[in-house]
Amino acid sequence: MAELLKTNHVSKMFGGLKAVSDFDVYINQGELIGLIGPNGAGKTTAFNLLTGVYQPTSGTITFDGKSLLGMKPYQITQHGIARTFQNIRLFSELSVLDNVKIAYHSHVKYGLLEAVFRMGRYFQEEQEVTEKSLELLKIFKLADKAYETAKNLPYGAQRRLEIARALAAQPKLLLLDEPAAGMNPQETQELMEMIRWIRSQFGLTILLIEHDMSLVMGICERIYVLEYGQIIAHGVPEEIKHNPDVIRAYLGGEA
Amino acid sequence: MNTIRKNDLLLIGLGIVVFAVLQGMMTEGLIGAFWKLNIFIICINIILSASLNLINGYTGQFSLGHAGFMAVGAYVGVVLTTNFHWPFLLALVAGGAAAALLGCLIGLPTLRLNGDYLAIATLGLGEIIRIVIMNIQYVGGAAGFTGIPHLTTFPWVFFVMLFTLIVVKNFVNSTHGRACIAIRENEIAAEAMGVNTTKYKVIAFTIGAAFAGVAGGLFAHCFYIINPSSFTFMQSFNYLIMVVMGGLGSLTGSIAGAFVVTFISAALASWPEFRMIIYALALILLMFYRPQGLFGYIELTQIGIIQRLKLKGGHK
Repeated sequence: MAELLKTNHVSKMFGGLKAVSDFDVYINQGELIGLIGPNGAGKTTAFNLLTGVYQPTSGTITFDGKSLLGMKPYQITQHGIARTFQNIRLFSELSVLDNVKIAYHSHVKYGLLEAVFRMGRYFQEEQEVTEKSLELLKIFKLADKAYETAKNLPYGAQRRLEIARALAAQPKLLLLDEPAAGMNPQETQELMEMIRWIRSQFGLTILLIEHDMSLVMGICERIYVLEYGQIIAHGVPEEIKHNPDVIRAYLGGEA
Repeated sequence: MNTIRKNDLLLIGLGIVVFAVLQGMMTEGLIGAFWKLNIFIICINIILSASLNLINGYTGQFSLGHAGFMAVGAYVGVVLTTNFHWPFLLALVAGGAAAALLGCLIGLPTLRLNGDYLAIATLGLGEIIRIVIMNIQYVGGAAGFTGIPHLTTFPWVFFVMLFTLIVVKNFVNSTHGRACIAIRENEIAAEAMGVNTTKYKVIAFTIGAAFAGVAGGLFAHCFYIINPSSFTFMQSFNYLIMVVMGGLGSLTGSIAGAFVVTFISAALASWPEFRMIIYALALILLMFYRPQGLFGYIELTQIGIIQRLKLKGGHK
């Protein structure tokens, strides 16, 4: 299996606070990896480092053989990493369909003049984008709501739409930030199946942050545990479940 | 795809009908000189509000410098036609290009600012442009530029307006326009979806400035004289009012806003003492009962009956 993402001693300082230090992970092609840890452990900071929202204070990040250092978030997305957000960030006033269409942006080739004068590749590509978006919505059971305003969707559907939108960017690596947050057990169960399914269907590699242990233990192949910005454990779900450091981090105990 | 093309042709056809009716009324003398000038101004204001809507409404960048770009277009235009005897079309294009260049150069640094800060920076920019023009003796300084040939005719303003509307409409309905709208909706998410936010803010700003420049050229050639006091920040506010009144992010709204605002101030021209009161009252009432503007994110083609008819035809 080829290595898709590798970070090497990545650290991020906010003033005197070390939010993430010596963050070393590797993700192979096609894997489904979990990143867990107590609140404030630095999980989302780690995501923001991988997606270019923050630049690391030190260390290197390599994706698909290229260094991601110094790249803007949109460039990283164009290189093949797409993400969802912990607090949903949809384009809330737009239709569900438009939300997905926007994510195809970096794959559309027609230029400004072709768009303004509706010549050349405009019609063909627009039609392709619309068709692909509708197909994607169908997969996420949102096709019947395609023309509704995104903010009017129920919570679970908004979460699904965020994943659909991230997939529309056609990533190699998908980062999911707490995809099951606020979902009930049945919705979580459905989400798990969906994640498994899209992974095999799109040949994706997935890294997810999650608090819901049943979801993480259920689908992840390997798990990294973060506490106070440092990785305290790494392994398959069985190992993590019985790791004393992890139990201490989650349940507390003698240091 | 064919329906899109059919709709485009329908809109152009409708535009030509409106043009023919108005032109006919003008040649028959049914519309007097006063209202004729006001129709010119309405068309020019539609260009300005549609282009400002692209920046403020669609891309969500609060700009207050539109009168400044208009001034650049106006002065470049009149110098070229009056002193260098360029053809009108070329002078208009040059005025638009000059404003676009300035918009691009100014946009690159200032569009890093957000919200209020951008508003203040663009407000300052508009004032700087005006004061610079006031101090250039070559264009008459504060006294104004005189001897402008009266080149603006009804076909000119109408078809430039139609062209502007088509360009803005097609832009916002493309992937580039969607990128701009995504920036308005959520800049962080837009960037995470692969949209180069700085680039698209500058593009929207440049296109907006270009059309403001062209509108300035058309405006200047309506009169024998122009002076910098026609391009104060009050003018910028005026265009902003048109955009907000019509509805941010709605092209139909821009047309309605420009029409209503210009029409009200023209219709009340005989009662100058009540004019500002009624004008203010209209705005207050609108903000009370319809804060999203007359149209607010919605186009005329998306409303009620029309939409229902479309749905019957089916989204496939």
